[in-house]
Amino acid sequence: MGSKLAIVKFGLGFIGSTEWDPVNDRYGALPFIFGTLVSSLIALVIAVPLGVATALFLTELAPQKVRQPIVMAIEMLAAVPSVIFGLWGIFVLIPWLRDHLFVWLKHTLGFLPLFQGPIYGVSMMAAGIIIAIMILPIITSISREILRSVPNLQREAAYALGATRWEVLKIAVLSYARRGLFGAAILGLGRALGETMAVTMVIGNRPQIAASLFAPGYTLASVIANEFAEATTDLYLSSLFELGLVLLAVTILVNVAAQLMLKGISGSGPIKVS
Amino acid sequence: MTTSPSPYLPTASFAKWRKLKSSLVTLVLVVCALAVIAPLFLVTYFLLYHGASSLDLNFFTQLPKPTGETGGGMANAIVGTLELLAMAAAVGVPIGIFGGIYLAEYGTDKLNNWLRFAADVLNGVPSIVWGMVVYLILVVPFKTFSAYAGGVALGLMMVPLVMRTTEEVLILVPQSYREAAMALGITRWKVIMVIVVRTALKGIATGVIVAMARIAGETAPLLFTSLGNNFWNHNLKEPIAALPLQIFAYAISPYDDWHRQAWAGALVLMALILALNITVRILSRDRKSTP
Repeated sequence: MGSKLAIVKFGLGFIGSTEWDPVNDRYGALPFIFGTLVSSLIALVIAVPLGVATALFLTELAPQKVRQPIVMAIEMLAAVPSVIFGLWGIFVLIPWLRDHLFVWLKHTLGFLPLFQGPIYGVSMMAAGIIIAIMILPIITSISREILRSVPNLQREAAYALGATRWEVLKIAVLSYARRGLFGAAILGLGRALGETMAVTMVIGNRPQIAASLFAPGYTLASVIANEFAEATTDLYLSSLFELGLVLLAVTILVNVAAQLMLKGISGSGPIKVS
Repeated sequence: MTTSPSPYLPTASFAKWRKLKSSLVTLVLVVCALAVIAPLFLVTYFLLYHGASSLDLNFFTQLPKPTGETGGGMANAIVGTLELLAMAAAVGVPIGIFGGIYLAEYGTDKLNNWLRFAADVLNGVPSIVWGMVVYLILVVPFKTFSAYAGGVALGLMMVPLVMRTTEEVLILVPQSYREAAMALGITRWKVIMVIVVRTALKGIATGVIVAMARIAGETAPLLFTSLGNNFWNHNLKEPIAALPLQIFAYAISPYDDWHRQAWAGALVLMALILALNITVRILSRDRKSTP
């Protein structure tokens, strides 16, 4: 690929370097790797519990009449293009976060380094929230498949022991489906890592490593989207290609892991739960 | 849990606590489900609110105005998106369908498992990486961004999805159809093309449209393949405008009038995607009613 020049020039130091200085032609990947991981992590922290809870609601509780419209709404949510989420993020979500949620978070949880520092609006946190919204449909629908594959016998057995509805979910359903749900989360992570447009529009695009979630950041995908067209030197372009290579390698790894985890869950008999 | 008595000694209050906890969890699950679908309504509301007020005839008939002037439209971007979709389909649909036919009708089990696995993993490759790959293959050698490159990037993204859905519907075609045709002495490829694919045509079309809806809003792979263009494009070897690109460029610009147009563009794009999705729904409903 086109990253040969950068690989030859910087070697392994590329991954560990925090420098990103196009003026002096010096490049390092660490701020972007950091930004990608942190924003995806925030997204997972928000999206996995919500997604699994929604899947539980849909498979275990909701009557047919309620389930159908919600499933349809989630499918529609998956169809909204990234760039439209970004547009909405810039003009609706960010002002709200800046004026309300972030102020409140800073006020109540300000003793944590995560929630300190000046509030700009564009931030890691905003990116995480947007990604969370975008990966919720896939996490929810895969979790639903997994939960549906839990045999009814499990539930009946737990009810027969006098368990309440929550206890049935906890003992019979969730623990049985644990591995599959983990696979769903990993698949969501794969999507989160590669999210480009919406993230580029709300993360602030500053190559830095900051403890605060209110600080702007930068991700692998968004630096490529933003700077590719203006990369003037060969080394600059080649460095961006190497970032792309890192992104490709990580997403393939994550996706392979997710596929392996999900493989055969719906088909080949019960999964062992220790 | 420290305040509740041991579960081995069931008491009235403990039973009450368990029931209460169960109801609480039910409530939490309902709230979560509502929270998940809330963004859809928020996005739709603001799209309609900002978009509808900015939509007018000019938007569909005029070119973008130069920086500083108000008015103008995205006529070239709308046409550009349609052209890109057509090119993507020309690339992605044949490869996807033939791949799906191979998976369903030919191929050994072991090879097919690998192909399926590869398709699923490719499905998860970020769209921006597709853009970079096509940039290397089609932009660098020809020294220019082009509509072709954008179409190919989108087309490649369609392949895994079309391939998997084609395979799934072909497998649903009863084996007896194939055997009956074979027994009449028809050659294998003709059996597949005329009998099997024909029977599953609606399902295949559904898969194709789903894939089109998925790529219609893609922006990242177009950034450095088709690049975008402020004028009409009469030559596919040159950069071409696309709705998602135009929305992106206008959204991050500092001008209010451009923001207005970005919302209008987003509304049009969403309407296009919605139309594709509704087509899918109608097609798949027919399929269920006539087995």
